[in-house]
Amino acid sequence: MSYFRAENLSLHFGGLKAVDAVSFAVEKGEILSIIGPNGAGKSSIFNLISRIYRPTSGRIFFEDQDITEEPPYDIARLGIARTFQNIELFENATVLSNLLVGRHRHSTTQLWQELLFLPSVRSNEKLHRRRVEQVIEFLDLEPYRDKLISGLPYGVRKVIELARALCSEPKLILLDEPSSGLNVEETDDMSFWIRDMKSELGITVLMVEHDMSLVNRVSDRVIALNYGRVLAMGSPAEVQQHPDVVAAYLGA
Amino acid sequence: MRFLFKTDYEDDIKLFPHSGYLVSYGILLALLLIAPYFLSSYLMSQLVFVCIYATVGVALLILTGFTGQASLGHAAFLAIGAYTAAYLQKYNVPFPVYFLAAGGLTGIIGAMVGFPALRLTGIYLVIATISFALIVEEILARWESVTNGNEGMRVKTLSLLGVTVPRDSPTFYYLCLAVLVLTIVGTLNLLRSPTGRAFVAIRDSETAARSMGVNVALYKVKSFAISAAITGFAGVLFAHKLSFISPEMFTLQLSIEFIIVILIGGTFSLHGAVLGAIFIVMIDPFLTYLKDDMPGMIAGIAATFGAGPAAAGSIKSNVAAFASLNGLKGAIYGIIIVLFVLFEPLGLYGRWLKIKLFFQLFPLYKRATFKRQKIYVKSERNR
Repeated sequence: MSYFRAENLSLHFGGLKAVDAVSFAVEKGEILSIIGPNGAGKSSIFNLISRIYRPTSGRIFFEDQDITEEPPYDIARLGIARTFQNIELFENATVLSNLLVGRHRHSTTQLWQELLFLPSVRSNEKLHRRRVEQVIEFLDLEPYRDKLISGLPYGVRKVIELARALCSEPKLILLDEPSSGLNVEETDDMSFWIRDMKSELGITVLMVEHDMSLVNRVSDRVIALNYGRVLAMGSPAEVQQHPDVVAAYLGA
Repeated sequence: MRFLFKTDYEDDIKLFPHSGYLVSYGILLALLLIAPYFLSSYLMSQLVFVCIYATVGVALLILTGFTGQASLGHAAFLAIGAYTAAYLQKYNVPFPVYFLAAGGLTGIIGAMVGFPALRLTGIYLVIATISFALIVEEILARWESVTNGNEGMRVKTLSLLGVTVPRDSPTFYYLCLAVLVLTIVGTLNLLRSPTGRAFVAIRDSETAARSMGVNVALYKVKSFAISAAITGFAGVLFAHKLSFISPEMFTLQLSIEFIIVILIGGTFSLHGAVLGAIFIVMIDPFLTYLKDDMPGMIAGIAATFGAGPAAAGSIKSNVAAFASLNGLKGAIYGIIIVLFVLFEPLGLYGRWLKIKLFFQLFPLYKRATFKRQKIYVKSERNR
């Protein structure tokens, strides 16, 4: 059985088939990239997995468990974290508290304990803080800990979003265009981090990306989509040479 | 300027980042504790109102400032707390019991208001909370067997552990102060733990909060319940302070006053609730003073610039007539809100921080420090 599986996943908006009977599987510990022209349904698949949209039909399995009907907040609790294409950070909070929200799925304290800030809450907070610090170290975010998000440049925000997802200690991470808006140097950093996430942290990565050089460098397998349908699946080189993929990008 | 070197994770959790805070808040608390010995009874009474308004302000900050759910219904929560106290008092329920019962009941009703509010945002939520407030006001006026209708209810003098505590006594002031301080400490505790961070997350991006594992609906209801419960506690004190309550005390105008408290104080910090409460409690006597003295003053000025006694007299009576117009107070409140939103969106506490920074950085303060920055486009699709 695969680690993560989507079976005949469809999302229809009226007559528009944003995602049309897409099936794919992600093996544990691999980096799988989804590519495709604009409007191919890549981000819609992510929104289906994180339950922002409800699939029209089809099922999603994670660790042999059917998660199609789970509420959105439980998806994170199962160990699936995500980033967003257009950064969705908590603007008016510090970097630290943004990252601590990423720890939310590990919080065990009750409201009344928090009101009194009992020793259990305090020790939990310190544990969260330690874990967050590990992520900060991993992604070189030390200079920004106490800065407000609203004052930070785009490139840094992108990294913080990745950091927030990592803070939840996910098993599977969904990266929605991790390199969009980043310069060459930042994209290089991102590709190292994505590979380190796989090798050091043992996280399975599912990623939507337009930058083919990044896709080639990091992915184990690639899926090409167009008009909500799977065009090709295989190694990066295979997919790029597939006639349907070439046609979709360059025209027949 | 002081630089903080953090050496322990504890440094991020502490309530007081450094000893300077401890000293200044210690002095403030000491001054508040000895206040009854040197302030006039009028100012003491105003101080009690500041405590009550600030408590409601903190409650509203939790809901509006930190969770981002606007409410114009807090006068209703205050009323429910006050009436619960007054009703239970009739059956000789002791103070601690009806105090807790009032908070608990208001909290439950707050949660019930929170449920329909789950699907509403922004202006629609404001309208929903206004209608809730109007419904409560109507119930208070009509449910005569419990609330005594428009005749209102008399609230007996507070008796705590067999000791009567008159509403003008220092003990009552200390009680209000204690409730305020406990509320603030509890709220600060909440804000530095997962629940508080979930609130802020919901305020800034519901989509992201959800995908980080925050049960948005649950936390919105929690926020409503906590905010309502605190307001209920304040309502008990409010009832005792006024010693008489009737439905027309808990109108929309009171809800708007609470909004003014946090808007003028500053919606991003608990300091704002206290500063806003001081502002709103002190503006009332100031307006009364203006109303009484303005006509004479303006007539005097007109006279010095050569207006005859007849003209001065007519100016005086015209100004006096204008000053006693109905609804002028509401208009003034409205103008104050508009001016603050336009020119001081961070409120009084924001202004205080700017002044502090000016002196800390002197002579290097840059005027553009607090200019609002360009905000990156956020995805509206997933809302």
